[in-house]
Amino acid sequence: MDKTSSLLAKREYNTVTGLDGPLLFIENIHNVGYNELVSLTDPQGKERLGTVLEAADGMAVIQVFEGTMGLSLKDTRVRFSGVPLQLGVSKDMLGRVFDGIGRPLDKLPAPMAVERRDINGQPINPSARDYPQKFIQTGISAIDGMNTLIRGQKLPIFSGSGLAHNKLAAQIARQAKILGEDSSFAVVFAAMGIKYDVAEYFIRNFEETGALENVVLFLNLADDPPIERLVTPRVALTCAEHLAFDHGMHVLVVMTDMSNYCESLREIATIRGDIPSRKGYPGYLYSDLASIFERAGIIKGKAGSITQMPILTMPNDDITHPVPDLTGFITEGQIVLERDLSRRGIYPPIAGLPSLSRLMKDGIGKGMTREDHPHLASQLFAAYSRVKDVRALASVIGEEELTPIDHTYLDFGKHFEDRFLSQREDENRDIDTTLDIGWQVLSSLPKDELYRMTEEEIQKFYGK
Amino acid sequence: MAEKPIGSIQRIVGPLVEAKGVTSAQMLELVYVGDERLVGEIIRINHDVAHIQVYEDTTGIRPGEPVYGSGMPLSLELGPGLIGTVYDGIQRPLEVLEAESGSFISRGINISALSRTKKWQFKPVLKLNDTVTPGLVIGTVQETSLIEHKVLVPPDIEGTITNIASAGEYPVDKVIATIKTKTGVKELPMFHRWPVRIGRPHKGKEELSIPLITGQRVIDTLFPIPKGGTVAVPGGFGTGKTMVQQALAKWCDADIIIFIGCGERGNEITDVLNEFPELIDPRTGKALMERSIIIANTSNMPVAAREASIYTGITMAEYYRDMGYNVAIMADSTSRWAEALRELSGRMEEMPADEGFPAYLPTRLAGFYERAGRVTNLAGTPGSVTVIGSVSPPGGDFSEPVTQHTKRFVRAFWALDRQLANARHYPSISWLDSYSEYVDEIAPWWEKNVDPEWRSLRNEIMELLQQESKLQQVVKLVGPDVLPDTQRLVLDTATYFKNAFLQQNAFDKIDMYSVVAKQVKMLRIILTFYHSGLKLIKKGATLVKIKQLPILSEMAKMKFSVANEEVEKLDDLLDRMRKTFSELELTYG
Ligand SMILES: Nc1ncnc2c1ncn2[C@@H]1O[C@H](COP(=O)(O)OP(=O)(O)OP(=O)(O)O)[C@@H](O)[C@H]1O
Ligand SMILES: [Mg+2]
Repeated sequence: MDKTSSLLAKREYNTVTGLDGPLLFIENIHNVGYNELVSLTDPQGKERLGTVLEAADGMAVIQVFEGTMGLSLKDTRVRFSGVPLQLGVSKDMLGRVFDGIGRPLDKLPAPMAVERRDINGQPINPSARDYPQKFIQTGISAIDGMNTLIRGQKLPIFSGSGLAHNKLAAQIARQAKILGEDSSFAVVFAAMGIKYDVAEYFIRNFEETGALENVVLFLNLADDPPIERLVTPRVALTCAEHLAFDHGMHVLVVMTDMSNYCESLREIATIRGDIPSRKGYPGYLYSDLASIFERAGIIKGKAGSITQMPILTMPNDDITHPVPDLTGFITEGQIVLERDLSRRGIYPPIAGLPSLSRLMKDGIGKGMTREDHPHLASQLFAAYSRVKDVRALASVIGEEELTPIDHTYLDFGKHFEDRFLSQREDENRDIDTTLDIGWQVLSSLPKDELYRMTEEEIQKFYGK
Repeated sequence: MAEKPIGSIQRIVGPLVEAKGVTSAQMLELVYVGDERLVGEIIRINHDVAHIQVYEDTTGIRPGEPVYGSGMPLSLELGPGLIGTVYDGIQRPLEVLEAESGSFISRGINISALSRTKKWQFKPVLKLNDTVTPGLVIGTVQETSLIEHKVLVPPDIEGTITNIASAGEYPVDKVIATIKTKTGVKELPMFHRWPVRIGRPHKGKEELSIPLITGQRVIDTLFPIPKGGTVAVPGGFGTGKTMVQQALAKWCDADIIIFIGCGERGNEITDVLNEFPELIDPRTGKALMERSIIIANTSNMPVAAREASIYTGITMAEYYRDMGYNVAIMADSTSRWAEALRELSGRMEEMPADEGFPAYLPTRLAGFYERAGRVTNLAGTPGSVTVIGSVSPPGGDFSEPVTQHTKRFVRAFWALDRQLANARHYPSISWLDSYSEYVDEIAPWWEKNVDPEWRSLRNEIMELLQQESKLQQVVKLVGPDVLPDTQRLVLDTATYFKNAFLQQNAFDKIDMYSVVAKQVKMLRIILTFYHSGLKLIKKGATLVKIKQLPILSEMAKMKFSVANEEVEKLDDLLDRMRKTFSELELTYG
């Protein structure tokens, strides 16, 4: 970029003409670019940051991350930086804690940046991607066995308020590993509007496993400015991209809670008068979320990878709510937590049928996990799906009226939930154990019910 | 290209830019925006203000920067080199882009869609002094081992050939013919440009009577579509839209496949790009990539280019149709395209209709599907464009505007069902909610080429499925025990049909694709089971007894055990099944 204008751009203005929610309107300005970073000094002399949402001849609309409370038309001074919001990246960010826009929170000086990057990143060229197919062992049977996580995948957790999503995410972050490989691994954690004790919980978790020096935290907590949340995942992913694609690290990005992020987006959209689509969320929510989730992946010729595990809470456990719905349309499957399982004391309460890992097919089977894995997973799904039907029927006609085979399925359902699904928070099952348990519970069904298994597989594994 | 300044920017909101002082621009003109010359298109002119949708990220663009006109609408380069290429929504070749700017897509890069350095072996078909009319084949180029590219007289040119290149190797921009027309002499290179938003002309639409064979049993047998037909594939997230589209892209018997990833995932494109060069088309023995064009404007790429991507795809499809090919185009997902329309419309502050979509959504949808069809092209040969569009209804609710409007313009509907998908019944195409209005038109082809009883077999199984669904209502209330064996046989037949026929595993080497003969034979076996079973029950046998017959487990596994090359094994299975039942029948006198 040239520009003589960048000189002009640093000029300061005090020509604010309007304030509305997090938006600030300013006139009599020159050469302001779309999406550029703005800093402003409020009447109390404190600094705030914002970005340009709309740029026009002599005027601009700015979203202020910290909100406009306390600003006044007369005493607010606005400076345009000439560049979009950037993050200075470096490997030294590992082990550090930052706020939601990347300023150190741990009282240490900001790490020396090797480069400043636009937090919005750039789209990965689809032809530059490498297809994700390496199995990540999480040590959790319901995931490894039936909804396998793949390196470079974006696999969200759809939860509900009060369900064990944090526990599960922490367990995954602790236990995740690639079999037979010893490569550098990092976790980037982005918190959006979560409570302090939740953030604490994660930090303690990383500490206990001695993994803190491989973790970067970006925290926008419940009492932090809501608009700042709109940049937190982008800041976190900019850092993750640096670690993954410049330093060859395998980065797991945990983002929680995406529902809060979406609410902030809705707030801005409503104030701007954007036409709402469903439940007041703007029509561009899909594209906006995609610009975050599509930053997961693997790039040809680069050593590292970005695996994303966004967490969101479904309002009223409603999976058709726009936030989980649009997320599901972008991510490569979803792990759904179920209240009913949770009530029955089952941990992790991973719902059998609506959970899905779309990338699983290329990462399991012979040479990757075990040759019987694909059919086993498919058979477990089919059988558990039958359990659900039988339970529904039993609730109408009574258990006594069920046929003998239906009873067998009920038994299978119980084994499945108690032995396969359930495990302790500190229980790290290797893939063989998971698959063996899968066979043990399946063996409570007669052989000829295992129509998705081959004869050889039944010979080799049934009843063992 | 002649570029001249036509105005200056006055406002930027996301992908929409307003330019003022614009007096000499055309509606839908391709323009270059700002100092970085981002590609855009004029979508509204109001006095001297032009509204421009910009195909690249507008970050950092400022009011006052210039806008340049190109004097022409957004157009494609149509010529040899399209096949096997992956393009973005405005026909920038992504592999070249990668070579130029690295793994991430940066802005303001202008590269030609067709390589100017690659040379093609041209063979003239016409000769000096021939009279040419639009659409005639000037010469041919072997584009891939599978596709002979026909170099066409562009649709707007006619006259006499005053010069034609001899056979030889030329790059696409080399003039291979000179035509004397009424308005002057025209020099034709091996490619021409065509505006994406205008359908290419043809001589007339033909009836749709030849099925597009997809190898997917639920489609070919229950809800078939013809070459030149239109179908929508709606379904909530993860119900299998992309898998259906990919299965068709892999196995359907079109000559050319155009796969548009419109606002969807990058990894899905990578998947196709990895698989297609490896997978062998069973009919031609060549790699699938030899007949495919991929258009990838993923969800994180600019939304305006997403809007353009489906026009880019269908224009390429028409181009190959005009050479006499059968083209199938998969648009995944048309909802993302509609959302792009909605977003741009919102930024222009247009009056929204249903759920924020602009009131012209149905017109645009109709315009897109209308470009499908089987035609006699300008050269007088038949060619077709089949459109398979996926729809992503929010919450899986089919009453939303895109699904509803699409339904008006397509004649087949493959409704994906959440319950089936959750139960891992794939493809999760619902046999109750789906339909094809083409069955009657296509039936004669099947009856002539595959099995004279095709229609009655199909109707019979459809009827059994309907019966089953009614019976299931009863079962849900009182359990299956109260039903007589004749009715429980209907339930069992339907279950066999669902598991052994409708379910088709896209990842199984044998099952992923079924030739037509295999499909009909399997269907016949299942119906034979039903008829023979019914007969036996009427003679006094119990269903429990019938279900113990070992041959039934052979029937249950026939889709995996009988490969496409050995369908006669199914005749044998049918014979043995008949024999087993008649033997059993004897014991009941
Ligand atoms: N025919 C099939 N055989 C085996 N698995 C299938 C089949 N169809 C779908 N699946 C499974 O379902 C998953 C989701 O399918 P797909 O990606 O096609 O969904 P979609 O409808 O395109 O979803 P979205 O709208 O989110 O893109 C696949 O990753 C695969 O695991
Ligand atoms: Mg899809």
